[in-house]
Amino acid sequence: MTGQTSSSAAACPGCIASPAEPARVTPRDAQIALSLPGIHCSACIATVERELNAFPGVEDARVNLTLKRAMVKAAPDLNARDLIPVLERAGYEAHELDPGALSATQTDKTGRELLMRLAVAGFASMNVMLLSVSVWSGATDATRDMFHWISAAIALPAIAFSAQPFFANAWGALRVRRLNMDVPIVLAILLALATSLSETALSGKHAYFDAALTLTFFLLAGRYLDYRTRAIARSAAEELTALEVPRATRLVGGIEEEVAVADLKLDDLVLVRPGGRMPVDGEIVSGRSELDRSLLTGETTPVFAQEGLKVSAGEVNLTGPLTIRATAVGEDTSLHQMADLVAIAESGRSRYTSLADKAAKLYAPGVHILAAFSFLGWYVYSGDIRTALNVAAAVLIITCPCALGLAVPAVTTAASGRLFRNGMLIKHATALERLAEVDTVVFDKTGTLTDGKPEVTDLSSHSEDDLQVALALAEASAHPLSVALARAAREAGIEPANLQDIKEVPGFGTEAAYNGQRARFGRAAWTGGEAENVTAAWLAIGDQKPVAFYFSDSLRKGAAEAVSAFQLAGKDVMLISGDTQGAVENLANWLGIHAWEAEALPQDKAARVQEMGDQGRRVLMVGDGLNDTAALAAAHVSISPASALDAARVASDIVLLGNDLSPISEACQTANAATRRIRENFRIATVYNVIAVPLAVAGLATPLIAALAMSASSITVSLNALRLR
Amino acid sequence: MEVLAYLIPISLFLGGIGLVAFLYTVRSNQYDDPEGDAQRILNNEWDDHPKP
Repeated sequence: MTGQTSSSAAACPGCIASPAEPARVTPRDAQIALSLPGIHCSACIATVERELNAFPGVEDARVNLTLKRAMVKAAPDLNARDLIPVLERAGYEAHELDPGALSATQTDKTGRELLMRLAVAGFASMNVMLLSVSVWSGATDATRDMFHWISAAIALPAIAFSAQPFFANAWGALRVRRLNMDVPIVLAILLALATSLSETALSGKHAYFDAALTLTFFLLAGRYLDYRTRAIARSAAEELTALEVPRATRLVGGIEEEVAVADLKLDDLVLVRPGGRMPVDGEIVSGRSELDRSLLTGETTPVFAQEGLKVSAGEVNLTGPLTIRATAVGEDTSLHQMADLVAIAESGRSRYTSLADKAAKLYAPGVHILAAFSFLGWYVYSGDIRTALNVAAAVLIITCPCALGLAVPAVTTAASGRLFRNGMLIKHATALERLAEVDTVVFDKTGTLTDGKPEVTDLSSHSEDDLQVALALAEASAHPLSVALARAAREAGIEPANLQDIKEVPGFGTEAAYNGQRARFGRAAWTGGEAENVTAAWLAIGDQKPVAFYFSDSLRKGAAEAVSAFQLAGKDVMLISGDTQGAVENLANWLGIHAWEAEALPQDKAARVQEMGDQGRRVLMVGDGLNDTAALAAAHVSISPASALDAARVASDIVLLGNDLSPISEACQTANAATRRIRENFRIATVYNVIAVPLAVAGLATPLIAALAMSASSITVSLNALRLR
Repeated sequence: MEVLAYLIPISLFLGGIGLVAFLYTVRSNQYDDPEGDAQRILNNEWDDHPKP
C-alpha cells in the first residue's frame, strides 16, 4: 500500500521504499477532502481506506467518522473525480469537498486552546481541593500554612495560564470603558488570589485558592460548551459550502480547461453545461437553452436563452450547453453586489443584546457596589483593613457569576443538540433567544415553501394518446418540466408511444416523428400554442391543435404543517415572493395565508422586512434565494434550507438540513423552552446569591461555604439545562 | 506527620503525570474523531502488528 510505504519511510530512513521517496515527494501534495454521508461502522472505515489507499497516486487516506469525511493526501495530479467512482463502486456515496472552505475546522486552534486551559484548571483545582479538604477537616498551624503555600504554588501559575481568556475579555471591555461579565470574574479571581496570598503570609485561617480555581474551571467549562456548540454548527455549515466546489470550464482557443471560479477574468469564454450554474455575469456568445432564474428572482418559469442574452451569476442552465463571455467577475458580479445589501441590513442586527449581556449589565455594577460597601462598612466598624479586605473578597467570590457563566451555554448546548438531531443547525449564538421572541413569520415561495420543482396539474384531462406521445418526448429531455411530466405519466401507468428520430432542440423542446407526422413537445411559440401566464408545456402532433400541460410548483414536505403550526401559535404568517401574481395567490390560498405579496424585488423584500422590524415586530424570515439574502439579514432571525444558495445560508442564523419544513415550528417551541430555562437558571443563581451573600457580607463565609455554594449552584444550573434534551 | 513530606510530592507528581498525558492526547489530535476511534477498535486489520 502506498500509504504504508510513505509513512514508514519517514519513520525509518533505511526502509526499502526510501530510495523512491525523493522522486515522489513533489513540492505540493494534493489534499483532497471527500464527504461520505453514508459511512457508519468500522467495516465502512476499513473498506473506504483500503479502496482509497490502493488507488495509484494516493499517499495516505484517513477517514473521520465523526465528521463523515475522508482526507486524502495524494500526488498533485490526482483529482477527486478520479476517486469518487472508486468509492461508488464499493457502495459508498461520495462528494467532493472544497478543502479551502474546510480549513477553519481542520485546525481547530481556539477549541484546543480552551480545552488545554480547562484541563490545567481542572487538574489544579482537584489538587488544591485535596489540600483544602485537609485544612477544612482540622489542619492547624504549620501544617495549614504549608498546605496554603503549596496551594498557592499550584494556583498562581495555573490561573495565570488558564484564566487568560477572561483577562483578555475584561481588559478589552475596560479599555473602551464598558463593563461585561468578565470584569467581576477577573476582579473576584485576582482579589481572591491577593487576599489569600497575604493571609497565607500572615498565617491566617482562610485562603480561597480552591475557590479561585474551581471558579475558573466552571467558567471555562461554560466557555468550552459554548464554543463546541458553535463549532459543530459551523463545521456542518462549512461542509455545505465546501460541497459546492467553485469550478468553471474555460474555453481557450477552443480547448476546454477546468479552472477555479476565482481565476476567471473579464472576457474569458466560459462553457456552462446543462444543469450547471453560471459562475460569472456575462453574455451568451453561442448556444441555445433555457435558464432557471428562481434562485435570483423567485420566478419559476424558465427563461428562453440565446445569443446576446445577458446572464447573471447564480442562474442555472437547463437544456443546452451555453458559451458565455464574462462581463463581470468576482466582486463585481450581481451575486456579490447582493452581498453588499446584506452587509447594510446586517448592521441592524448587531444591536440585539443577549439575555446574558442584559444580566451582566445589571449584575456587574451591583456586585462591585456591594463589595465596596462591605469593605467600607467593615473598615468603619472594625478599623482593620485586613478584615475588611477579606470580607470584600469573600463577597466577590460568593457572588461571582459562576452559575451565570454556565446558565446560558449549558442551555444553548442542550437546545442546539436537540435541534441538530432534528436536522437544524444553529449558527448564531443568540439565534435561539431571538427565535423565541418572533411574532411574525415571512416565507419566501420558490425553493422554500415549494421545492422549486414543477408538478403536472392536469394530467387526467388529456387523452391516452397524447399522454403516450408526450411521455416519449419528455423522456428524451432533462428539462425540469419534461422530467416532471415523465415522472407523473409513469406513475399513472402510461406507456411511451413508439417514436422515431427523437431529438432535443435546446431552448425549445423535443421533436420526433410519430406515425409519419411531426410531434413536438416544448415552448408555446415553437409548438404553435398560445403563451399564457402560467407555467405550461405544449404538445403538437402533426396538424392537430396543440394541447397544453399545466404545471405548478410542488409543495415542500412539511410546508403546510409549518404554516398552520405558526398560525395556531398566534403568529402572523406572510408570503413575499418574486414570482407572478397568479402563482403566489394560488399557493397563499392553498396554504391559508392571507397576507401575500407577489413580484417583489430583492430590495422590496428587505425593505418590507425592515419596515415591519421598525414597527416593533419580531420577524422570522424563511428564504433560500439570492433575492432573499438581504431580507434574511434584515429580519430579527432567519432560517434557510440547505438547498439555499451559499449567500443565503451565510446570511441566516439557522440552516435547515433536511428537506422537511416542519421542524421550523418545533424549533420555535424549543427556543421558547430554552429561553425559559435560561431565565430559570438566572433565578436559581440569584436565589443562591440571596442566601449566600448576607453570610459573606456579615463576614461569616468560609472557603468551605463558598466552595459548596459554588458547586451546588453550577450543578443545579447544568442539570436544569439538561431537562431540554 | 512526616509522611506528608512523601505523600504530598507523590500526589502532585501523579496529578502532573495525568495532566501531561492529557495534554499529549490533545496535541496529537486524539479527540478529532471520537466515533471513528470507537469503531476502529473493532477492525481486524491491524490485530497482529501495529499500523506502521
